[in-house]
Amino acid sequence: MFLNDGDIQAMFLTVKLATVVTVILLFIGTPIAWWLARTRSPWKRPISAVVTLPMVLPPTVLGFYLLVLMGPQGPLGRLTEALGLGLLPFTFTGLVVASIFYSLPFAVQPLQQAFDAIGERPLEVAATLRASPLDTFFSVVLPLARPGFTTAAVMSFAHTVGEFGVVLMIGGNIPGKTRVLSVQIYDHVEALEFAQGHWLAGGLLLFSFCVLLLLYRNNPLGAAERRT
Amino acid sequence: MLFTRSMGMNVKFKGVKAWAATILLLATGTAGADEVQVAAAANFTEPMKKIAAEFEKTSGHKVALTFGSTGKFYAQIKAGAPFEVLLAADNETPAKLEGEGAAAKGSRFTYAIGKLVLWSAKEAIVDDKGDVLKRGGFDHLALANPKLAPYGAAAVETLKALGVYDTIAPKIVQGENIAQTYQFVSTGNALLGFVALSQVLGEDGKLKSGSAWIVPEKLYSPIRQDAVLLSKGKDKAAALALLKFLRGSYAIGVVKSYGYSVGQ
Repeated sequence: MFLNDGDIQAMFLTVKLATVVTVILLFIGTPIAWWLARTRSPWKRPISAVVTLPMVLPPTVLGFYLLVLMGPQGPLGRLTEALGLGLLPFTFTGLVVASIFYSLPFAVQPLQQAFDAIGERPLEVAATLRASPLDTFFSVVLPLARPGFTTAAVMSFAHTVGEFGVVLMIGGNIPGKTRVLSVQIYDHVEALEFAQGHWLAGGLLLFSFCVLLLLYRNNPLGAAERRT
Repeated sequence: MLFTRSMGMNVKFKGVKAWAATILLLATGTAGADEVQVAAAANFTEPMKKIAAEFEKTSGHKVALTFGSTGKFYAQIKAGAPFEVLLAADNETPAKLEGEGAAAKGSRFTYAIGKLVLWSAKEAIVDDKGDVLKRGGFDHLALANPKLAPYGAAAVETLKALGVYDTIAPKIVQGENIAQTYQFVSTGNALLGFVALSQVLGEDGKLKSGSAWIVPEKLYSPIRQDAVLLSKGKDKAAALALLKFLRGSYAIGVVKSYGYSVGQ
């Protein structure tokens, strides 16, 4: 076999991390995206900027601040210790929290665009039919925004799989807990085990390509323009 | 028709070439004939900065320093990185480079012998016998990736020699290099960890903060850190001068003040 046990463990860990993060992000991202799409509050722009920040910041900046914030002297670290959860760095939970920050824009932006595209009209119609706002959300908005949800889920998953800098900063490279695929590849390459590195790196390349292919099949490029 | 078209392309191509040549000239011009590109082990960061500053002052040459893990430097040098001098964290990598023709024959020497220290950023955590390793009472012990970093390998050797490796293994967190390992401990995310003595000593040669145990050298094989002149620096006066300076009394003084010992 070309892959050793460590490689396989890293693969499963990565899939587990990406799955957990994606599910949580859909729950957190939906209300944020909904609020951003609907609000006329002056806070809209600053909040949008904060949500998008992880997209432009180098992962080392994010990782560094998370390490400090989640550490024993940091506010987040004090909170988790007070709650009896212990400290987050070097744990799987810590990676989940970090990845949620890291992939947040990739969940919120497609959702926000999908909500934007629905416009006011269907909501007004639903209101005249005496649908409650909650009912409207579940029976009108969700079905209409389905492509947005697929994109958000696929992007969050793929982006978390590709995470490296943040994990390197707060992970501590623990097998089965924080040693994800990208770190495993890095270790192989650093140790000059190029053959093993190739198998994993090539696999990841293929995976990423397939994900994007799937995404474009789901949301054909330029299809919106053609339809009208 | 075809002729003129290809001619036009040729002219354009020449233009690009001229541009590239200009940029290259500018780049090498600013780098200068007397700037030496050094790749240095992360554990040697502090002393090297000091040595380089003094070297620049006395020689008039310039030093461009890059700090990182020796394994990464090896891969980069093999891929044509512009380093002229390597200050490795081990003695194997320079020997390997010399064997492979990427470094000048006979230029290797040991510039420092590293010392391993068990360190905590907190007072009274690490005792002066290292018994804390047997006592436990900590969640994480940081060390550098033993596969990549000599200090990490020495740390594992020490834990095994003390017979505590198996009990401590689940608590180990790995830094990508010794600098990141230091960061894990200094931020308190790991209560203690194995780092290089040079990282925790101040200018006065005393512990900067926290508590530490200098690991007895009989517990791990010596961390001989070798310097080597790389092929790219073979004919460069600045590179040769720097290597000579590293063997001089000023450099040796600095190296010792950071807790390294110096070979013959």
